[in-house]
Amino acid sequence: MTEPLLRIRDLCIQAAGKRGVTELLRGISLDLHAGEVLGLIGESGAGKSTIGLAAMGHIRPGCHAVRGQVLFQGQDLLRASARTLRGVRGGGIAYVAQSAAAAFNPSFTLGAQIDEVLRRFDSRGPAQRRQRIIELMGRLGLPDPAGFYDRYPHQVSGGQLQRAMTAMALAPGPKIIVFDEPTTALDVTTQLGVLAAIRQAIRQEQAAALYISHDLAIVSQVAGRIMVLRGGGLVEEGPAREVVERPREAYTRSLLQVGTQPASPRDPSPAPPLLTVRGMKAGFGPLRVLHDIDLTVRKGRTLAVVGESGSGKSTLARVIAGLHAAEDGQVVFAGQPLPRALKQRSRDLLRRVQMVFQSADTALNPTQAVGDIIGRPIRFYFNPSRAEVRQRVAALLEAVELAPELADRRPMALSGGQRQRVVIARALAAEPDLILCDEVTSALDPLVGEGVLKLLDRLRRERGVSYLFITHDLGVVRSIADDIVVMERGRIIESGTRDEVLAPPWHPTTEILLASQPSTAAGWLDRALERRNRLLAGDLDPEAAIAPPPLAANLVTP
Amino acid sequence: MTLSRLIARRAIEGIATLAVIAVLLFGGVELIPGDPARTILGQSVTEEAVRNLRVALRLDQPVHERFLSWVEAAAQGDLGTSILNGRPVAPDFAWRAKNTLFLAGYAAAMSIPISIMLGLLAALYRDRLLDRAISLGSLATISFPEFFVGYVLLTVFALNLGWFPVLSSVTPEMGLAERLSRCFLPAVTLSCLIGAYVLRITRAAIISILSRPYIEMAELKGASRTAIVLRHALVNAVGPIANVVALALAYMVVGIVVTEVVFTYPGLGQWMVDSVAKHDMNVILVCGLAFGATYVGLNVLADIAAALASPRLRHPR
Amino acid sequence: MILALRLSLRQWPVVLSFAVLAFVVLLVLAGPGIVPAEVRELAGDPWEPFGAEHLLGTDQLGRDLLARLLEGGRLTLFLASAVAVLSFVVGLALGLAAAFLGGLMDTVLSRLMDIIMALPPLILAILVIALLGNSMPVLVGVLVVFEAPRVFRLARALAMEIMTEDFVTAARLRGEGIGWILAREIAPNAVVPLVAELAMRFVFALLFLSSLSFLGLGVPPPQADWGGMARENSPALGFGLPAPIVPAAAIAAVALAVNQIADWLVAASGRRAARRG
Repeated sequence: MTEPLLRIRDLCIQAAGKRGVTELLRGISLDLHAGEVLGLIGESGAGKSTIGLAAMGHIRPGCHAVRGQVLFQGQDLLRASARTLRGVRGGGIAYVAQSAAAAFNPSFTLGAQIDEVLRRFDSRGPAQRRQRIIELMGRLGLPDPAGFYDRYPHQVSGGQLQRAMTAMALAPGPKIIVFDEPTTALDVTTQLGVLAAIRQAIRQEQAAALYISHDLAIVSQVAGRIMVLRGGGLVEEGPAREVVERPREAYTRSLLQVGTQPASPRDPSPAPPLLTVRGMKAGFGPLRVLHDIDLTVRKGRTLAVVGESGSGKSTLARVIAGLHAAEDGQVVFAGQPLPRALKQRSRDLLRRVQMVFQSADTALNPTQAVGDIIGRPIRFYFNPSRAEVRQRVAALLEAVELAPELADRRPMALSGGQRQRVVIARALAAEPDLILCDEVTSALDPLVGEGVLKLLDRLRRERGVSYLFITHDLGVVRSIADDIVVMERGRIIESGTRDEVLAPPWHPTTEILLASQPSTAAGWLDRALERRNRLLAGDLDPEAAIAPPPLAANLVTP
Repeated sequence: MTLSRLIARRAIEGIATLAVIAVLLFGGVELIPGDPARTILGQSVTEEAVRNLRVALRLDQPVHERFLSWVEAAAQGDLGTSILNGRPVAPDFAWRAKNTLFLAGYAAAMSIPISIMLGLLAALYRDRLLDRAISLGSLATISFPEFFVGYVLLTVFALNLGWFPVLSSVTPEMGLAERLSRCFLPAVTLSCLIGAYVLRITRAAIISILSRPYIEMAELKGASRTAIVLRHALVNAVGPIANVVALALAYMVVGIVVTEVVFTYPGLGQWMVDSVAKHDMNVILVCGLAFGATYVGLNVLADIAAALASPRLRHPR
Repeated sequence: MILALRLSLRQWPVVLSFAVLAFVVLLVLAGPGIVPAEVRELAGDPWEPFGAEHLLGTDQLGRDLLARLLEGGRLTLFLASAVAVLSFVVGLALGLAAAFLGGLMDTVLSRLMDIIMALPPLILAILVIALLGNSMPVLVGVLVVFEAPRVFRLARALAMEIMTEDFVTAARLRGEGIGWILAREIAPNAVVPLVAELAMRFVFALLFLSSLSFLGLGVPPPQADWGGMARENSPALGFGLPAPIVPAAAIAAVALAVNQIADWLVAASGRRAARRG
């Protein structure tokens, strides 16, 4: 085999913090050959982004390389001069950042920012360079490339920015491109298009790439070889298909299983309705966000509300919670009408509807101890003796699988998954009938998120609580939903039991969502694209494909 | 909101604020219970002095007429007469306003370029010795009252070293070089005050921008250190810096009054303070309006500068 | 306070500031009594230099400058503290009212505060004093009017920002009253920036009052604050004597110390916000 383009040898990087030294990388070695795409996969803290940056000779402030080498064409980038590094960056190795919205300078046009790097490696005149950039923009599927050249970052969408950033990386014809979670911040359907554009561009330009992601499915579609990382060390490495189909390590297997199986078998028996929404309309001023929403949450069951960003699903949760007043419609909870405004709801009604938030970081007051946070609803609603509050707090911590000693800690001292469990314990402390869950796992690592989902499902079975589960992730839906409603632009476009909605025949929107759901299956990306294009082109008559179910009627009795 | 609408709105707000100041200045005497002239002058004065003040304040007329006739006269260059010596206010005002503007311009020309440079340096060498020294120095100068800085400068440079005159008196015939030398110490005093302010904001703005992802991205694109600071960082800092420069100039309206008194410099501030002791309401009115208009105008300018620098407002979707 | 504000010796300017402040406050509280009575009552020549008898020399009437400084310090620090606390209380109350009541109340209050902040403080203070004379209530009143809007703005912004945090939403959903939300959810998270603001209001009041007194428009004679002393003794400067610089330096030292502490608090609250977000 020829000499690799990039060779990382025994790389150790440490971060010096207040509480001593943290090891970000513990002796990582890798080889990247010309034209090869190497996928780096792992959860947060795995060190994958640190490797990506180190491959460019960049180590973030506060961190330093203890030992090891990063050899690009035989030259050690960790010990190279600033001048050498500038020669390598852009032209030799290029970088695509996770958040293109933040990584583009707001004061310059996109074209000018691409040209800033191109001009250093391309001796042609400005007109030819502009031509090259416009051509690249077109190849990445950007609309009206000539006009796009002169647009500012705030004038285009997130998916377009990510494509423009890929164009910027490709422009000088680099030997290697580092993609650092390039599609993580995008909706699944947008992600599909960007992913395809990236894969095609890498192939056409014959560049090698380091593709970093927390999503094994995504990586398996673009990478030829995969390295699974954990806590700064290597778990396993091998050809992509082999790692996905025959993982050697238990950790890889657990990553592969996320979102593929139900958390528990579903109970097919009928259940009475707990919460019924009829004809709900809501908005912000003249902007109508929710149109005629009808849905039913059954007692002891989970209703998942699925949709992409902007579909109105979070507003729906806020309206039911009483945080945002509806303009019209009825909400019936446990046989009684639920007042629209929070202030009109009795304390008992408030107790029976609780909420778990997307980001546990902001859902917990950083100045309060965990025991006080969980103890407050107990005192507020039931007011038992101090000793009993302590007892109940300990029991709740146990119920969410946390050690009782954590009661004395503050939220900052906990991990992300632990914090979300504290939020769940706080909701349970009120002994509610319904818990509104708003994207509760989207800020968590896949395995941690899966743990939280299993916990929620166990609590439902044990305590008979119902969930209204807001999510964009069909994997989450598959694992915990009994019933599903699919939302698009403020309307419910499909509803039914899980098996009805997720099995054919599908509503076209549901089908696009399902098709866009990343999968490790070989050739998924091509099939998904083809299927989406067929649906969007209207080859498939939506009316012929499925008869839309009568609104919400089939939710009450499955 | 489009840029032109934003600017128009801020301009209208500025004019409204100015109107509030005018109302306060003109209506102020109305708000005093009893006979304003007597309240202003106190009990131990002659009836004649009280009568003179009443006439000078046109207290025999209703307030709106007083205002209109003042505006009418002012439009013709008549700013009334000084109650103290019966001389017309306008010529003295013109001369002193020129002196004050000269001092303010002198201080601004000295301090603003230097303080932006120092702020930039402090940000680039963040938490190093240079930054700590610059930051401590600027914190000190914004904490020190102008008369403290002025006294120290006078003692060291005028009295002990004899490099500059003790009194900063200027005359209309004086040449530019002489003027610059005489005004040097007061200009430095003012510079300390506004320069430290500009420096601190510049430093904070640059530090905040240097931590943005697009700066790291520029580094990963292989841009040079100079290009990163001058092209990527400074361009985005122009808004906040222009904003703070205008605000600092507005703030100078406050500092200049004290500075002129410390150095007995014949400007508007010293005149205004003198006139308070002498109950010369016409002078107070004119100086107050001049300072007020400058202050409000620069504040409006600060907002417009910030808006002009924002790419979102310059290039709407 | 539930705050873990850590102060290490590496931040020596902050440590020094606390020391200077404590020293000045103790001296001023002890009052002129710490100067021996015979020295205090002994009238020397005007503007004697520093010496064994009169540690800081004498003032324009031959009085002991140290004794005068301690007496003036009481008034200076008391007035500045009074203005800071009053404007803080007023600004905080109005700011919270605007944030919680919203609607018309918020619009009216915010516009009013904007107008006040657009006015040049020293110029209008001079006008008011020219009209009403320079009595203590007028001085304090004028300063509070100009200082309260700044506290208002911060308190309103902080309350609005913290109100959108999910932990406050959780408390509202639980049915907690506004008092509990304020005291237990919002206040602990707003304490550090608010204390920093209080410190900055104190410095502003100290400098503003001193400037007015220096201009002869502040504390009326025969009482003297530090700004007034800097004015009374200013002719000594012509003879190269330090008498006017001593009170001016006292103002400078206190202002710098408090500003340094405020800076440290602002940085601490920034770090807390960064850790939270």
